[in-house]
Parts: sequence; structure tokens; C-alpha cells
Amino acid sequence: MSTTGTTPWHPEIASAIIDELKTKPGALLPILHALQDRFGHIHSDAVALIARALQTTRAEVHGVISFYHHFRTEQPGRHVVEICRAEACQAQGARALEAHAKSALGIDYAQTSDDRTVTLEPVYCLGNCACGPSVRVGDDIHAFVTPESFDELIDDLKTEQLELK
Amino acid sequence: MSTRIYIPSDTTAKSLGADRLAMQMAVVAAERGVDIEIVRNGTRGLYWLEPLIEVDTAEGRIGFGPVKSKDLDTLFDAEFWQGKQEHPLALGLVEEIPYLKRQQRLTFSRAGVIDPLSLDDYRAHSGYQGLAKALEMSAQGIIDEVKASGLRGRGGAAFPTGIKWQTVLDAPAEQKYIVCNADEGDSGTFADRLVMECDPFMLIEGMTISGLGVGATQGYIYLRSEYPLAFETLNNAIATAYDNNLLGENILGSGRRFDLEVRMGAGAYICGEETSLLESLEGKRGLVRAKPPLPAIVGLFGKPTVVNNVLSLAAVPFILDQGAQAYAYCGMGRSRGTLPFQLAGNVKQGGLVELAFGPSLRELMFDFGGGTRNGRPLRAVQVGGPLGAYLPESQWDTALDYEAFAGEGAVLGHGGVVMFDDSVDMSEQARFSMEFCVAESCGKCTPCRIGSTRGVEVIDRIRAGENREANLELLSDLCETMVDGSLCAMGGMTPFPVQSAMKHFGEDFAQPAKTEMEVA
Ligand SMILES: Cc1cc2nc3c(=O)[nH]c(=O)nc-3n(C[C@H](O)[C@H](O)[C@H](O)COP(=O)(O)O)c2cc1C
Ligand code: SF4
Ligand code: FES
Repeated sequence: MSTTGTTPWHPEIASAIIDELKTKPGALLPILHALQDRFGHIHSDAVALIARALQTTRAEVHGVISFYHHFRTEQPGRHVVEICRAEACQAQGARALEAHAKSALGIDYAQTSDDRTVTLEPVYCLGNCACGPSVRVGDDIHAFVTPESFDELIDDLKTEQLELK
Repeated sequence: MSTRIYIPSDTTAKSLGADRLAMQMAVVAAERGVDIEIVRNGTRGLYWLEPLIEVDTAEGRIGFGPVKSKDLDTLFDAEFWQGKQEHPLALGLVEEIPYLKRQQRLTFSRAGVIDPLSLDDYRAHSGYQGLAKALEMSAQGIIDEVKASGLRGRGGAAFPTGIKWQTVLDAPAEQKYIVCNADEGDSGTFADRLVMECDPFMLIEGMTISGLGVGATQGYIYLRSEYPLAFETLNNAIATAYDNNLLGENILGSGRRFDLEVRMGAGAYICGEETSLLESLEGKRGLVRAKPPLPAIVGLFGKPTVVNNVLSLAAVPFILDQGAQAYAYCGMGRSRGTLPFQLAGNVKQGGLVELAFGPSLRELMFDFGGGTRNGRPLRAVQVGGPLGAYLPESQWDTALDYEAFAGEGAVLGHGGVVMFDDSVDMSEQARFSMEFCVAESCGKCTPCRIGSTRGVEVIDRIRAGENREANLELLSDLCETMVDGSLCAMGGMTPFPVQSAMKHFGEDFAQPAKTEMEVA
């Protein structure tokens, strides 16, 4: 089961990542992806490094980061749990699942549970639309998720963390 | 000799436990001393049967599904690996399953049949024969073939692909690009994903042919970040293609060049719109560009660029290999060839249904889909993604054809069909359409950006029973403003589902919405 990038922020690692990608045409998105995959989020100090490497302004880099739903500027919980909110999953009970998930975890979208296990995010379609409601955890996708199976999924994520400790 | 067993490996099969099943099957087989070879195929797209495992026999491939871990012991007891069909999950010859047999699989003929990453498999099933022919042809010859096939863009707008290519061929430039739109943002669609996860070489071949046709040497696949498995599969296939001189500077010794790279999107629906996509590829915010100039003339980095959907490009190898007429032979009117429909939502037999244009929506939903999954009456169907209209029963006999749908004020779009039972609240669906537009608007024009926010508020008031008549009128006006005053179809078509919900399901706007207490 994949987890979010957890390398602590390190400007030298970041600079190396940026240097490797900066000559690609249209390098900004590949750089942002690589940084987020590594560190779990785009650290505020990364913005100046990227702007310098790509000879653009920090405002421009900020603008791009905030335009795209995927990029985050704060470290998420160990697992990002994305619930599909789109129509095909709605037809299969996604609205009830969303409500359940929020109350079971005691958080809203874009928030992280107190124990930092889970950050909850909305997503608009995972391409698993014949078997909704669908939920993505890391790179794993789950089908026909019910409130009960959602709870089991969260329990698994929590116990996995206990086992690691 | 060991028996070959196929276990699917696409995202949906995995979401239903296919990986664990493959692992456990290997263990059980070893314990029982049964000699099997497990091959991970893509998927046939018969999702209600997944995980659908197939046993290779002299008569053909015998299917069993849907298989769960707990079925393994009884399957082995029944000697399923010998092709014996005593087990209750036995489905007979997979190719004879009516759902599959009644399709016209031109683009998806290999999906679920081959190992997606085996170039040998791909070649053994007509792969790279289209490219071989294209390498013998002139650029104009390639484009004439695509024109004659009648292929129209499968991304939504249904623009003739050959004409777009002609524009790029005719635009003089040192550098041109082929961009594959793999943003597949529409809810209810997964055909692009299936191409990429189950038959990636087909897309690579199609893009290479397109490059030869218009004179482009660089291609990009712009892939949504919600598709991590497709990303991995494409990158593996591209590496194999480079290793075998199928990409790079000297394709099959022809001296022709084509390079290809996958770029990941970042969770923005609007980046499926072609000019927003190009901005994103250039490393910018995905703000929609005004047209003209067309991307075919001023596209990526200002150069002439083909932007085509995955399915449009994936249809090209067949057209070059089998000839334009073989493709154009299928279909009706100006809708030539096949469209891979996707049955989703509350559907009993969901999955991929590739059909020649022409049958009715009803046939698709009932003869293939089998009605709703939970057995309740079907009430509303959204075709063509979040910007597509909701169709009531009176419109279900419409033929699956671009023009027939347009005549009903609806769209086929990318072929997604999302089914809802009678518990659906259409004012809530209309609200979602507006809410989605708020979340995904690029923000460039006011009717889209502000209009959608107002739309949510007005629908909330209607649902609360406040000044219903006046607010319904306001909502109608708002929809018209959005249709008339938006730069692209995001703002321009968001009203379609809203207006269709008001028109055909007016009763859902006529009484106060159910409170959560009542629903529960
Ligand atoms: C809001 C919006 C979203 C779109 N999303 C997609 C998409 O996800 N995939 C796609 O191929 N086309 C999408 N399109 C259509 C593209 O703009 C464009 O027409 C298409 O990529 C052209 O390729 P085709 O001719 O092969 O269909 C979208 C259009 C709009 C307005
Ligand atoms: S209609 Fe909406 S998404 Fe399209 S350009 Fe205008 S603001 Fe952007
Ligand atoms: S709508 Fe939820 S996976 Fe497509």
C-alpha cells in the first residue's frame, strides 16, 4: 500500500530534483510532481528555487501550484484518501459514503485526522465508474465501497501504522 | 506442459481483488502440485464478471467469474485448469459470452486478450502492421486514408480527424507536435484508461502514424494524475518501443523519427479542454485560450499541433492496417466506425461496449447493461460526461449517433453512460453540475466563474422552497447567460444537464428537497 512522500524538506535534494528536470520543455509540472512525490507536499521554500531555475517569478510558480487541485502546500497525513464525488459514483451511493467518511473521521475534505493517519480529499472520477462508489488510497483503488468497508479500510490503515511503530 | 491462466490486471480488476487472487492462486496451485502459468492480461471490460479468469484450452479460452479468493479451493476441486466447466462460476468460452460476442470490437480487439506489455503478443495480433503500411505511404496518403475512414474525434466534439491532420500537414513549421489528450475527466468514462492499461502499443503506434502523417517528430501524452497505473504501463511500453526501434530516431530502419513522452496532469478537469491542456503542458495554469488561432496552426509552444483523444489515435492503426473502408463500413449517417461506450453508475452489467453507431440507447442500457444494479426502475441517464444532458425514458429510443443525439439536445461525447434509479433527486444532480463548474472553471470568463456560483445558490433556494417560480426563472436566465457568454464548453455546456433536469424532471424542482432525516 503506497503512502505519501515523507522525506523531510531538504533544499539540496530539492535543488537536485529541479536541476535534473529544468531543461525539459514545459518543466514546471514535472518538477512540482517530482517534489510532491518526494516530500509529500510543495514546501514554501521550493517556490523560490523553482522560480530561479526556470527564470520565472515566484508569483507565477505560486499561481500554478494553486491552480491545480493535485498540488498541496502542507504535509498531508500518512495516507491520502480520495473519495470519488462524481456522477457515476453518486448513482451508487457516494453521497452517503462521503457523509459517513466525514463523520467517522471527524474531518472535512482537505483536513487531516488528529492521529495524522488520513487526509481526506474529494476526487472527480477515478475511471472505476462501473463499480462505484470508488475510493483511492495512494495508488490503490477500491470498488463498491460501503460505509462498512470504508471503516475497515481506515482500520487497516491505522493498524498498519501501529505495526510499523 | 503447464496450463496458461489469465488474470486481469487493469485498475478495475485490481480494485476488485485481482492482484491478491493471482498471488493466492499461485500458492494454491503449488500446494496442489498443479502446473500453471499465470499471465496478467488487461481486461475484456466485462466488469460485472471481474475478476474474470480465463483458462487457455485447445477449444479456446474458458472463463470463470467473478472469482473471489474463497472460490479458489472449489475451483481447483473442480479442476478448472483443465477447462472443465462443472464449477458454478464457469462461463464457457469467453468469446461466446453474448455481451462480448455482440460487440464490434475494432479498437478493443486485443483488450483482455494479450499481455499489455508484451510486444510479441501485440505483433501476433496485427500490431504494428498499420505502421508498416504507413512507412510505405506519403504523408498525404496517410491523411487521405484517415479522411476516408470518416473518423471523428472521440474526445467529445466529434471533429473529423483527417481534416485536423490536413491543417497541421499544411502548416509549414520546423517543429510540429502530436499531443494525445488522455485527461479523460468525464465521470462514467474509462475507455481511454483501458486502451492505456490493456493495449498501450496501439496508442503508441497510432501517435507514430499521426507523426508521419503531419510531419511531427515529438509526441506527448497528457495523462490525468488519477490514473497511476496507466502512467506506469505507458512508460513501460514506451521504453520497450524505444528498445525495439519503434520510437526514436530511426523507426524500423526508415530514417524517420518520432519521440514520445508521458506528462502527468494535476487534477484539473478543464485541462481536458485542448487549449487549456496545451497551457498546462507548457508549464502554466490551465487557462483556456481563445480560438482562433486553432491549435493545429498555433499549438504547443506556438507550433502546429495535433490534439487528439486517446480513442481517436487508437483507431488509426486499424484504419491503416485494414483500410479506411473496413472502418467506415460500420456506423450510420455521418457517424462512421465504432464508439466504445462505457456503461456506468447504477448498472447491472457495467463495462465497455464497443459498438458501431446506430443501436438505441435503450438497447445499450438494457440488452447489454441489463438495467439497474439494484433492480429498481431506471429513471435518468446522463450521457457524455458532466456537461451532457440527462435523458428521461422518452428519449431512450434515440439512436447512438452524434446527429441523433444533437437533435435531442444531448451529446454522445466520449461515450459515457451513467444510469440512475428512481431514488435520484434531479434538483440535487442539477446542483452538482453547477457545483462542479464552480470547482473546475478556469476562471477566465464571468458567466462561467460567477454564474455557476449563483447557480448553486439559486438551486439551493429552489430546493428550500423559497420563491420557487421566480427562482426557476432566474435559473433559466442564468443558464442562457452561461451558454451565450462562455469562452469554452465548460461554462457553455454546464447548463445542459441543468436545463434537461428542469425540463424532463420538473417535479423534482416542485417540492422542497427531502431533508437528510427523510432520506435516511
Ligand atoms: C471542459 C472540457 C473538457 C474536455 N475534456 C476532454 C478530455 O478529458 N479528453 C478529451 O479527449 N477531450 C476533452 N475535451 C475536448 C477537447 O477540447 C478536444 O476537443 C479534443 O481533445 C480533441 O480531440 P479529438 O478530436 O480526437 O476528440 C474537453 C473539452 C472541454 C471543453
Ligand atoms: S467557460 Fe469557464 S472554463 Fe471555459 S474559458 Fe470560460 S471560465 Fe474558463
Ligand atoms: S465516477 Fe467515480 S470512479 Fe468514475
